[in-house]
Amino acid sequence: MTASAPETAGKPARGFRIDLKTAGPLLALALLVLLGITLNENFFTYNNLTNVLARSSFIGIIAIGATFVITAGGLDLSVGSMAAVIAGVMIMVMNWLIPSLGIGWSVVLAGMLAGILLGGVAGVFNGMMITRGRIEAFIVTLGTMGIFRSLVTFLANGGTLSLNFQVADVYRPVYYDGLLGVPYPIIVFAVVAIAGEIVMRRTTFGRHCAAIGSNEQVARYSSINVDNVRLLTYILQGVLVGVAVLLYVPRLGSASSTTGVLWELEAIAGVIIGGTMLKGGHGRVWGTVVGVVILGLIGNILNLQSLISPYLNGAFQGVIIILAVLLQRGRRNG
Amino acid sequence: MSSAEGTSASAILSASRISKSFGEIPVLFSIDFDIKPGEVHAIIGENGAGKSTLIKILSGFEQPTSGSISYDGKVVTLPPNGGAEAMGIVLIHQELNLAEHLTVADSIFLGRELKKFGFLDVAEMRRRAAEVMQTLHVNVDPDARINTLSVADKQMVEIAKAISRDARVLVMDEPTAVLSVGETQTLFEQIRRLTARGVAVIFISHKLDEIMELARRVTVLRDGQLIATVGTEALTPDSIAQMMVGRELSNLYPPKHEPDVDAPLVLSVHNLVAKGVKDVSFDLRKGEILGFAGLIGSGRTAVAEAIVGLSHRDSGAIEVEGQPANFTQVAQSVDAGLAYMTKDRKGKGLLLNMGLRPNLTLLTLKKHLKGGFLDPSSEEKALERAVRRFDIRARDATVAVGRLSGGNQQKLMLGKTMETEPDIIIMDEPTRGIDVGTKQQIYHIIAALAAEGKSIIVISSEMQEVIGLSHRVVVMREGRLAGVLEGAEITEGEIMRYAAGIKQSGHNDRISA
Repeated sequence: MTASAPETAGKPARGFRIDLKTAGPLLALALLVLLGITLNENFFTYNNLTNVLARSSFIGIIAIGATFVITAGGLDLSVGSMAAVIAGVMIMVMNWLIPSLGIGWSVVLAGMLAGILLGGVAGVFNGMMITRGRIEAFIVTLGTMGIFRSLVTFLANGGTLSLNFQVADVYRPVYYDGLLGVPYPIIVFAVVAIAGEIVMRRTTFGRHCAAIGSNEQVARYSSINVDNVRLLTYILQGVLVGVAVLLYVPRLGSASSTTGVLWELEAIAGVIIGGTMLKGGHGRVWGTVVGVVILGLIGNILNLQSLISPYLNGAFQGVIIILAVLLQRGRRNG
Repeated sequence: MSSAEGTSASAILSASRISKSFGEIPVLFSIDFDIKPGEVHAIIGENGAGKSTLIKILSGFEQPTSGSISYDGKVVTLPPNGGAEAMGIVLIHQELNLAEHLTVADSIFLGRELKKFGFLDVAEMRRRAAEVMQTLHVNVDPDARINTLSVADKQMVEIAKAISRDARVLVMDEPTAVLSVGETQTLFEQIRRLTARGVAVIFISHKLDEIMELARRVTVLRDGQLIATVGTEALTPDSIAQMMVGRELSNLYPPKHEPDVDAPLVLSVHNLVAKGVKDVSFDLRKGEILGFAGLIGSGRTAVAEAIVGLSHRDSGAIEVEGQPANFTQVAQSVDAGLAYMTKDRKGKGLLLNMGLRPNLTLLTLKKHLKGGFLDPSSEEKALERAVRRFDIRARDATVAVGRLSGGNQQKLMLGKTMETEPDIIIMDEPTRGIDVGTKQQIYHIIAALAAEGKSIIVISSEMQEVIGLSHRVVVMREGRLAGVLEGAEITEGEIMRYAAGIKQSGHNDRISA
């Protein structure tokens, strides 16, 4: 119809807008880095940056899973609690296996396997309730969020689950060491991100996620098995939570009811800042990576300067999220 | 001629030398238009002719680039975003603008709720809503939720809303596109009642016979130009159509090439029972175009969806190329060479927020895998082929499909369906809401596919289309197969007799012949 005319009217303007659209999060990231450099000379050091990235990698890996869930029109609020319960169970499994396997890598590997498996199982549960039980994702994962959180409190008996010190020593390098000076969490984050980006853009699964999030009916009429694709996004999310946790456990060697609190919101925030639409239909894995790093840098920069209280971290993050969505909408109207 | 009347009564709303450009692109050129109280004035033209833009200008949703609007004899600037409603000019959008979860009374008073001591006066609103519905002779409960109403009733609610606002000019954008024959008649009675009260009605329609029946004057637009404004009594459907497209439409339908009598059966349906389908049996030959006629809701779409596995089949057998077929998922029917093209291109056919390429290949991503990964260049080639083959016109391939014209969307959906290289294609309302020129293109594509040996089922509510295209016609009524027509039997009267239940074919063996 004639309504298409304004869209195509000003070609140069439109091209510029598309650049801004894709580059928006990158631009914000660059500004933050510049700000950091001007505020503190310690900011742009190797140690500081690897430290920020390593801390961001847990949320980052989880957020990449969330990118798929959200792109397919879903939502998973349970990831923070899920991370806590996985951490708790991993620690219990490792402690429990020490008598039979002895102290060494075999115990650690068994713990990792248990963590990833449990993540997958939790994802299957969420996904089955949503696709087969036909309950809204928000409600299902709100429910499991409570269930998982209470489970970890129960397992820890209200206190803290601690990994056996000797096993913790064996496990420690997974967080604190690295390859060629790059910490392992960053390497894993990068690998997951690259794989995620390829899956999103270049596989039928990725395309199907976007199609379902865009219009479920169209997807169904286009011979896509909507339920299975949805289920897979939740399983992927669960497995990635498992991966994030097996990098997290060696950092502190313990889990408690406060582990992973609000991680779900940070993950979702990263996804949204990165330009994925909350209502689904369009997802960008690299955007999510940028979004999570932006969130990490805000906290870091606030800690490195003395003008503004670092306690305002959450407020700054909140402003960034709202700004990101405002910009997204501005683009749509323009 | 109505021009005589034209001078006697003065126009309530008129536009003088209206032009409109979006950026660099002009879409309307110096249009004159006027409407008098109690008149029905139809606007007609191909998709992209500028009809929607014109009515948006007439109702304030767009401002003209140049030219002036007069209302009640005074030059005015209509307030944007529906503000003109307060002045008595109400636009009823094609996609009805009702909040699905509100009640009828809520909807009618939405935005200007009646209040008492600062709180909603629910009882008064309900009473007045009932009153309005009664003056319209519409039997809808003011407490009913909008999402429980039929499309026709929703439209009545929109009209009631307009009336309760003392609308003096009612602008309707293709109100009959989604209505059945009966519902259309009810709407027309309503419009006549309104015009008798002095309301002026502007309406857009693609259906020439409706315009002949209802309108006093017709304005024909083509490519943003005013071609003519004429009284309907001086017109025939043919002359309107000619003005619209600017060429003869004698070859709207391509010549029919009957398939061989001994052509093999490619699809046999035996005693199909599903939701909305009661004991339907029919055969389809190779190279045949089989029309499915019937009223809206007679079960034609339900038959198609049950065959391809979109909906559950209760009983009955289906054979594709002589092999028993039991599709429980669409993917299976696609693999078997049977494709279904939905009638709901916006809701079920296309991803409106995405570009052309992902839409075209969504059904057939498997074909574009290279080492397990999608190969964009292979998809790009498929798009180039489809754009050529189906004459899909888009300024560039990244433009969101929702911004294409209906005709181009339809052609893209046809391209998407044909990407599966089907032998049997079920097309549900393949030309709904698209202009005559594109219709003609689609008819020729359908005929060419049949000539290539593809077998096609065309479900259509436009009788002329079924008659013009089909080798045989199946008429459905209330979920059952009412009759099968062949050769010279395929006439409007005969189809209508079966569709309305005046005539019934009792013998199943004749049907599956």
